[in-house]
Amino acid sequence: MFTFDGRPIPTDGRRTIAAALLAAGVRSWRRTRIGDRPRGVFCGIGICFDCLVRVNGVSSQRACLVVAHPGDVVETHGDGGERA
Amino acid sequence: MTGYDVVVVGAGPAGLAAAAAAARAGCRVAVLDAGPRPGGQFWRHRPDADGRGHHGWSTFARLREQLDTVDHRADAAVWFVEAGRTVAGPAGAEFAVHTRSEVLRGRRLVIATGAHDRVVPFPGWDLPGVVTAGGAQALLKGQGLTFARRIAVAGTGPFLLPVATGLAEAGGTVVGVYEANDPLGYARRLRPVLGAAGKLAEAGRYGWRMLRHTVPYRRRTAVVAAHGTDHLTGVTVAPVGPDGTVVGTGTEVECDGLAVGFGFTPQLELAVTLGCATRLDSDGSLVLAVDAAQATSVPGVYAAGEVTGVGGADLSLVEGELAGGAAALSLGRPPSWSARRHDRLLRDRRRLRRFAAALHAVHPVPAGWPEWCDDDTLVCRCEEVPAGAVRRAVRELSAGDARGAKLLTRAGMGWCQGRVCGYATACLAAREANRDPGVADLSGYASRPLAQPVTLGELAADE
Amino acid sequence: MTTDGADVVVIGAGMVGAACAYYAARAGLTVTVVDRGGVATGTTGAGEGNILVSDKPPGPELALARHSVALWREIGATLGEERIELERKGGLVVAASPAEHATLRAFAASQRAAGVEAYEVPAGELPDHEPHLARDLAGGVRYPQDMQVQPMLAAAHLLRAARVRVLTGTTVVGVRRDAAGAVRGVLTDRGLLHTTMVVNAAGVWAGEVAALAGVGLPVLPRRGFVLVTEALPPLVRHKVYAAGYVANVGRSSGDLEVSPVVEGTGAGTILIGSTRERVGFDRSFPLPALRRLAAGAVRLFPALGGVSVIRAYRGFRPYSPDHLPMIGADPRVPGLHHATGHEGAGIGLAPATGHAVAALLTGGLPDVDLRPFAPERHDVHL
Repeated sequence: MFTFDGRPIPTDGRRTIAAALLAAGVRSWRRTRIGDRPRGVFCGIGICFDCLVRVNGVSSQRACLVVAHPGDVVETHGDGGERA
Repeated sequence: MTGYDVVVVGAGPAGLAAAAAAARAGCRVAVLDAGPRPGGQFWRHRPDADGRGHHGWSTFARLREQLDTVDHRADAAVWFVEAGRTVAGPAGAEFAVHTRSEVLRGRRLVIATGAHDRVVPFPGWDLPGVVTAGGAQALLKGQGLTFARRIAVAGTGPFLLPVATGLAEAGGTVVGVYEANDPLGYARRLRPVLGAAGKLAEAGRYGWRMLRHTVPYRRRTAVVAAHGTDHLTGVTVAPVGPDGTVVGTGTEVECDGLAVGFGFTPQLELAVTLGCATRLDSDGSLVLAVDAAQATSVPGVYAAGEVTGVGGADLSLVEGELAGGAAALSLGRPPSWSARRHDRLLRDRRRLRRFAAALHAVHPVPAGWPEWCDDDTLVCRCEEVPAGAVRRAVRELSAGDARGAKLLTRAGMGWCQGRVCGYATACLAAREANRDPGVADLSGYASRPLAQPVTLGELAADE
Repeated sequence: MTTDGADVVVIGAGMVGAACAYYAARAGLTVTVVDRGGVATGTTGAGEGNILVSDKPPGPELALARHSVALWREIGATLGEERIELERKGGLVVAASPAEHATLRAFAASQRAAGVEAYEVPAGELPDHEPHLARDLAGGVRYPQDMQVQPMLAAAHLLRAARVRVLTGTTVVGVRRDAAGAVRGVLTDRGLLHTTMVVNAAGVWAGEVAALAGVGLPVLPRRGFVLVTEALPPLVRHKVYAAGYVANVGRSSGDLEVSPVVEGTGAGTILIGSTRERVGFDRSFPLPALRRLAAGAVRLFPALGGVSVIRAYRGFRPYSPDHLPMIGADPRVPGLHHATGHEGAGIGLAPATGHAVAALLTGGLPDVDLRPFAPERHDVHL
């Protein structure tokens, strides 16, 4: 298990965060900074940066690339809204 | 820090073939790749994969064995590459390749960075549930995950078929494959090429697998809009003419997933940073210009695979082997291949490039796609730039080309740096100016000196 | 287009050319702007949009800058400040050491005497103005007149407001002159433009244009890089730079000079400059320069250490041997005017430059004394 905004999500320690979230029925985990639109996976290979999350306090991680390890703390990523 | 004879960037078919060829010739070789396992997009697999459902797995297995003689770096995305006099290091090093964890130095460089999906916008394409065809494939092959339950597959190109069959075989309900072009209409013209490449049988196999899963295949049909509020609930499917213009009434198809792709865009940034010359390929993509030995215009830099023109894994393997061999030869280490083998490679490359060009001719991006977009349809997903802003920049603010449109609208200035919207913005700007997109338009989106984001702290660390 | 004409042909659709066209049109002239690229795709599109008085010592350039600040405010009111992202954010110059601080304070005092608003900020009060600034700085000076603009939007909207003809993708290949040597037309790769007045606003390429008219103009490229971060919530309020910047702007060394300049943009990104190198039109991206930019920025704003850089770009400033722009009529070729050589200050100085050139074109008297900027002042080959 890891947590996504506090909610436990199963992981086998080998899947990416994006795959684990999708498997758990979570389809979007970011809101855009201008239009407040929901975003999740789009390219799936680290190109589009739509799937950014904060992982263990580190911002702007691509959920489609980062493996979900048990115990990870994953949080939604409001674009440009959190570091001030 | 050690120096290599040859550093290969990319461990897909082209990169692996290049690394193996250079290593067999006696070179000290490093191959690095952003992925966790070698194979690239084509052989993307789970850690325990046994090759079932993968094309050419035996070839991959053979190449993977040869990694024993090569330094392979996984999870090693390259964020910067340096050439020439700025490179400090062991004598003879010409290139320095920077990843987040180390700097690799090599006397020769092989660029085998592959390609990513080419997509064009349509209303609703940024809804969660819409993914690229390659994204659907990556989640399936790399993660064992069917990304949605009821799935539409749309766009153009032969790649849609393995994506659809793969999803269907993994338990997804594929509601339809919507191909914007009419490949069957070209079948007669293509038969000699297809037959020669053994591709007709492959296409037939996909056809059979689609039938088995009762996947409808619609030609001259496009998904012209996606619907939903917080995620995808359906798409509008419409018949289109040869240029992509909607020619009939659209029907709404209920689905929670859409995989879409219009061919591929080669990843050129490392080569462009080094100054390698580019050209416009027959599929409308900017690609690297290479000579008969796969050498780019920059001495010491070779390129193989999709970066020299999208042509598939078989062509990538051939080009990779030639590039690795040529890089070795330039260091005074003749490749271990026989004259016959070399002739065979050159012949295969000719044949496969012909085949690729034929496919490009059959599966162009329909020129009329901008008509699918309202003025408020987003073109740039990162900076949320709508099509209307790009159109106004050309019409009212004298933005003559895609770079001008980018500077005035921010399209392509966000996180992805135009990887997703660059092609579309180039087309849109050119169409608004009543001309075809050209090299100047596409070049405006090809330069990315920083190939990956890097924190200021990391960048400052060595200072 | 085969033959065609205008009262004045402006060569260059960058910020300076746009300002010249705008004021010339406003003065009643018909104007055609030609550029071999697009609007703002040269140095204008590679800058940060500085409108500064803070970096200029008392003298002719400061006079030009002060006039420009007033004109930029007018332009903002006319075009809409938001549309061109004109921000009256003010500048904050900071000193790292007591010695640097003393020099900065003396510099500011001299500017104050010349009419610049400059307020000393003791070290302890720096966080009130910039909360994320490093805590070990010696002090600073605040310049409320400094502004920032999105230069591409400014140039494009200025051209649009001027209602002038803009020919992009059009290369000037010759300047037609009569027997007396006076300008009679501009020859482009798409035809001839009849005119008796030409404004050479080709920026770093202005020397090539001058050569087409048969005169020398020593404009040289001075390369600079800018780093762009991911979009962030407002973290840097002013245009913040280290006191060493002023010294580097005026220096003439060919070596790499780096002084950190950090500012936020309307889009949420942070721009990080500045490097100065005289390496011709070398288009490469040397990593050491980028590293030093990053180090300078993190030195000023430690919180930036964890922020991602997503882009780097390069530009070539049009630089003249004495660091002063070349503005005015060229006595060697009747009808030829120059408006170039502003180095890194072209955006800020563009309105006053355009305003003065328009006055010359209509036989008026410029508001600013242009004698120090006489384009033929470097002419030593005769």
